[in-house]
Amino acid sequence: MNRLSIELPGLSLKNPIMPASGCFGFGKEYGQLYDLSLLGAIMIKSTTLEMRLGNPTPRVAETASGMLNAIGLQNPGLKGVLEGELPWLEQFDVPIIANVAGTETADYVEVAKMISQAPNVKALELNISCPNVKCGGITFGTDPEIAKELTRAVKEVSSVPVYVKLSPNVTTIVEIAQAVEAGGADGITMINTLIGMRLDQKTGRPVIANGTGGLSGPAVKPVAIRMVYEVSKAVNIPIIGMGGVTEVADIIDFMSAGASAVAVGTANFVNPFVCPQIIEQLPAKLDELGINHISELIGRSHRL
Amino acid sequence: MIIQDRMTVTSQQQIAHNIFEMKLNGKLVGEITSPGQFVHIRVSDSFEPLLRRPISIASIDQDAGEMTIIYRAEGRGTTILSQRRAGDEVDVLGPLGNGFPVEETATGETAILIGGGIGVPPLYELSKQLTAKGVKCTHVLGFQSKDAVFYEEEFSKLGETHIVTVDGSRGTAGFVTTVMEELGNEFSTYYSCGPMPMLEAIEKMYAGKKGFLSFEQRMGCGIGACFACVCQTTEGSEKAYIKVCSDGPVFPAGVVAI
Repeated sequence: MNRLSIELPGLSLKNPIMPASGCFGFGKEYGQLYDLSLLGAIMIKSTTLEMRLGNPTPRVAETASGMLNAIGLQNPGLKGVLEGELPWLEQFDVPIIANVAGTETADYVEVAKMISQAPNVKALELNISCPNVKCGGITFGTDPEIAKELTRAVKEVSSVPVYVKLSPNVTTIVEIAQAVEAGGADGITMINTLIGMRLDQKTGRPVIANGTGGLSGPAVKPVAIRMVYEVSKAVNIPIIGMGGVTEVADIIDFMSAGASAVAVGTANFVNPFVCPQIIEQLPAKLDELGINHISELIGRSHRL
Repeated sequence: MIIQDRMTVTSQQQIAHNIFEMKLNGKLVGEITSPGQFVHIRVSDSFEPLLRRPISIASIDQDAGEMTIIYRAEGRGTTILSQRRAGDEVDVLGPLGNGFPVEETATGETAILIGGGIGVPPLYELSKQLTAKGVKCTHVLGFQSKDAVFYEEEFSKLGETHIVTVDGSRGTAGFVTTVMEELGNEFSTYYSCGPMPMLEAIEKMYAGKKGFLSFEQRMGCGIGACFACVCQTTEGSEKAYIKVCSDGPVFPAGVVAI
């Protein structure tokens, strides 16, 4: 029996560990370091209808136990991803979760329709929470009604289940979660980065060219855990949790909070082998906790 | 191949104001293929500071399995690194990026190597490899002031070496371009690493000459996945943008829009 397997809409995961979108490119860089088939899934970088060059540099700044980024959804566009990125990933035994971004509903719909037909794309992740682009992105993720309608529109055209990636930059994340559930979302991924800023000591000006950036890394984990905890109590669709995961203990925390699977983001930049290392360490961690199958962890925090 | 290696510090010494020379031993050295490649160093095993530090490789000794890095201890990360002592282990990812093409200068030809500040170190291994194959190297090395100068003797052993300081406290006063004007254009190839304004001035002065420039940019992953360190390319280039870490850090002159 595989103690790590998890079944989610569209996704038969051999283990619940996957790299988070934007932290793994389209897999090629990490594919030269280890066998990508070891991963539970791969969340590929956001794809937009047209190619995007992203924001000016500097795009990253280190902060206390974290980092800010404002890449700006740089990607080769739908055609580039369908022809140049996804076919290469077919050699691996790993489901792909395609992150879809856009400026208006029509973009999301077009990208979702086409990319969901790629043979190895088993689910979509709707990016309504990117804090680093001027139009679209987070504007869809902060208004429950708009989030619901976008989810509905994408669900209509998608050939695979749709997960919606939530922004933590809202007053009540539960409201947004319930709205996308009502819109037909098959699952939720959370959290995207927290909007932050770092200033240069000498000039007093923001370090990142975009001014603000998205905060990620171990610093955000308590916020993510709290939000996964709240949302998992309020919805009936599964959650893929993320935010500051660096080690096997963090997987236990996210699943206990209510996540059914966990994505690893920024830690890939620090330790490119972090995902396979966590996967390897999971069985021993379950033994230590006296747990037979990893699914027993899901939502432990809610039990009396 | 890129590997993650726990390398052993064999020596660490301060060689100029805030400038440290560290020697590291490990199997990663065997993977280095060209001068100008860099390594990504995790300065502590905790997540504070979080990110790795990209540092260029200054010298390689394949027989000893040892490489030398030279870095400026300026921020939090490099200051921690400067406190490591012989016998300590350091988490190193590398070798990363594409270095300087030694093969672009033929035996018997002349190359000019221009470095500015902490851009000087990768030129040392480059000069070693060029001179070993019979290329005549001339070095123009720019620093802020005399207490920032390092490796003058090492470079002098390999070829003609000009030291330039902004305040004139050592060698010629001014910028590397001051010396370059005197040296003229009688060389086959130029190689350079240093701050952006310096690279810009060099590219302008040597327009039409064959040259290779090494760029610097804030990095995240160091392997091409995070898209933090991109540069715009000039019109007519093959790609719309390039990544300093994995497409570079060395590019032929004229590729990167400076």
